[in-house]
Amino acid sequence: MEKQLLKGNEAISEAAVRAGCRFYFGYPITPQNQIPEYMSKRMPEVDGCFLQAESEVAAINMVYGAGGSGARVMTSSSSPGISLKQEGISYIAAAEIPCVIVNMVRGGPGLGSIQPSQGDYFQSTRGGGHGDYRHIVLAPATVQEAVDLVHLAFDLADKYRMPVIIFGDGMIGQMMEPVELPPMQEVRTEFPDFATTGKRGKDRRVINSLYIETYQLEELINRLKSRYEQVEKNETMCEEYMTEDAEIILTAFGTVSRIAKNAVKQAREMGFKVGLLRPVTLWPFPTKIMASYANKDSVKRFIDIEMNDGQMLEDVKLAVNGAVKVDFIGKLGGIIPTPDEIIEMIKEDK
Amino acid sequence: MGKVFSVTSYLTDDTMHYCPGCTHGIIHRLVAEVLEEMQAERVIGVAPVGCAVFAYDYFNFDCHQAAHGRAPAVATGIKRVHKDALVFTYQGDGDLASIGAAEIVNAAGRGENITVIFINNAIYGMTGGQMAPTSLVGQKTTTSPYGRKPELCGYPLTMSEMLATQKGAYYIERTSVHDVPNINKTKKAIRKAFEAQKAGKGFSMIEILSTCPTNWGMTPVESLQWVKDSMIEVFPLGVFKDGDN
Amino acid sequence: MAFVHVDSERCKACGLCASVCPKNIIKVSDNLNSKGYQPIEVVPMEDCIGCAACAKICPDCVLEVER
Repeated sequence: MEKQLLKGNEAISEAAVRAGCRFYFGYPITPQNQIPEYMSKRMPEVDGCFLQAESEVAAINMVYGAGGSGARVMTSSSSPGISLKQEGISYIAAAEIPCVIVNMVRGGPGLGSIQPSQGDYFQSTRGGGHGDYRHIVLAPATVQEAVDLVHLAFDLADKYRMPVIIFGDGMIGQMMEPVELPPMQEVRTEFPDFATTGKRGKDRRVINSLYIETYQLEELINRLKSRYEQVEKNETMCEEYMTEDAEIILTAFGTVSRIAKNAVKQAREMGFKVGLLRPVTLWPFPTKIMASYANKDSVKRFIDIEMNDGQMLEDVKLAVNGAVKVDFIGKLGGIIPTPDEIIEMIKEDK
Repeated sequence: MGKVFSVTSYLTDDTMHYCPGCTHGIIHRLVAEVLEEMQAERVIGVAPVGCAVFAYDYFNFDCHQAAHGRAPAVATGIKRVHKDALVFTYQGDGDLASIGAAEIVNAAGRGENITVIFINNAIYGMTGGQMAPTSLVGQKTTTSPYGRKPELCGYPLTMSEMLATQKGAYYIERTSVHDVPNINKTKKAIRKAFEAQKAGKGFSMIEILSTCPTNWGMTPVESLQWVKDSMIEVFPLGVFKDGDN
Repeated sequence: MAFVHVDSERCKACGLCASVCPKNIIKVSDNLNSKGYQPIEVVPMEDCIGCAACAKICPDCVLEVER
């Protein structure tokens, strides 16, 4: 298959179309605008539906309606817009509706900045909205991986009937890289059993998240919980890069992991035994994998690197559970860490 | 003897949870009767947040419960997928005119081919009788204990008048269910709205003046009288937009 | 000749039917249903003209009318 040079946002959009997504509802916000722009052009070509909603709130509720109707559906936004979507995401999670949500994370809190950031880690991995729920979070490090993960996201959303977040950042969205796109997948013609299609009487379906009786809500949450356990068991993904003999383990995800990987190469040339653990799924978090390294005799130290003030750091520390020291490099406000900074940190403890 | 009135199969057998004399039950039945008379094969209703949140238990067809105010957005998503189904929202005044103002205005503006059944009873019923955007000037509620004061919180929103100014809106009518002739008129209006949707004409909304005996502190019969004497003056009945004319 | 069938279990005794009955023959009964309401009754049924106004204003699908 021929490679094409594509911008992250455009590649993600085309990947969604090729994964059989025919419904997209969005609202403009930087740095993800190329997604709605691309979809507005592309959807009519494939007999799909692009609609620019009146707000992020409306967009996610259109997703809720279309997803509940049995369609493969996607929305995208960036941090402040994703905050607005949280109400809808909570409903969608409770009603067990599949959908894909792309978050090209920008600096926060508040209006923050339009620079790349990883400051939405807590929001994404802890549910984000109200109530007891989680959803799958996939964090691509390259444009190619973003394409691959979009495909996977739709399949996982359907398989587990839950929202899946593609957690990118301004960098992944705006960067151009050569990518190989998957072939066009056929759009499914049959609607899933849970979907509202307009049936009457005993065949009718109700999409709902209201459980007035305490034991009924408890039952829902327990059902979700057991599904989450399945997701944790089956879908956790983590790249292990040069970790076999590593004494120092770097942890980083998304854009930052690429810089960390460079640092690993440079540090290795300097004689440091360094490796990288890169969670691809931020939720489920690769706790077991990290713990297994933390408990190896050869591993002396972890260094977590993020573009936030230490959010994944908490999950890394929970996984390491005090077995070794965990240091942290956090870049704020849209500032991207450099390999040199990481190498300085590696040297520091020598 | 032949049946002159029987209960529609487009409602389930469930006894509705509404308070005695609440007109939600009448309006549920009218919607269901219209759909039955139209022999609608595919229908999807969107239930709101408010007293009618359980509407999905009573309508005997597919339903989708929406977050507070978001029913028009949810219905938009549904309708875009199932173009051939009749899709409607059933929303109260707090839901539609307050928290969901953006969603309803934009659904109307887009000419979204859905039908909106808007229940205006000038109060928040489910939460215990708080002031609504449609509460009348001087109306006492649990959050306007001294009566709604215009200098503090303005005037009731007249949604039918507002939405009728929008080009995307095809059919807008305000009716009432305070007596049998008006119930008959309401049913005709609902039919007109669904027929418009069936013909692909675009957005239709029927605003129906309704009661809340419990939170108004009146008997059911007094409540009907209050609709007639006090509400209609502020919310006049009639067709505000008819794309055919 | 008309007949009003009353599904007493559904009745909440709101009285809307009685308020619109042109023959004024709908009254609250002395019985209690399982929800604790006193369901309505039509007495005397012979006077019913089968206009169905009661059924049209009933919020709870209590009434069916034959004529």
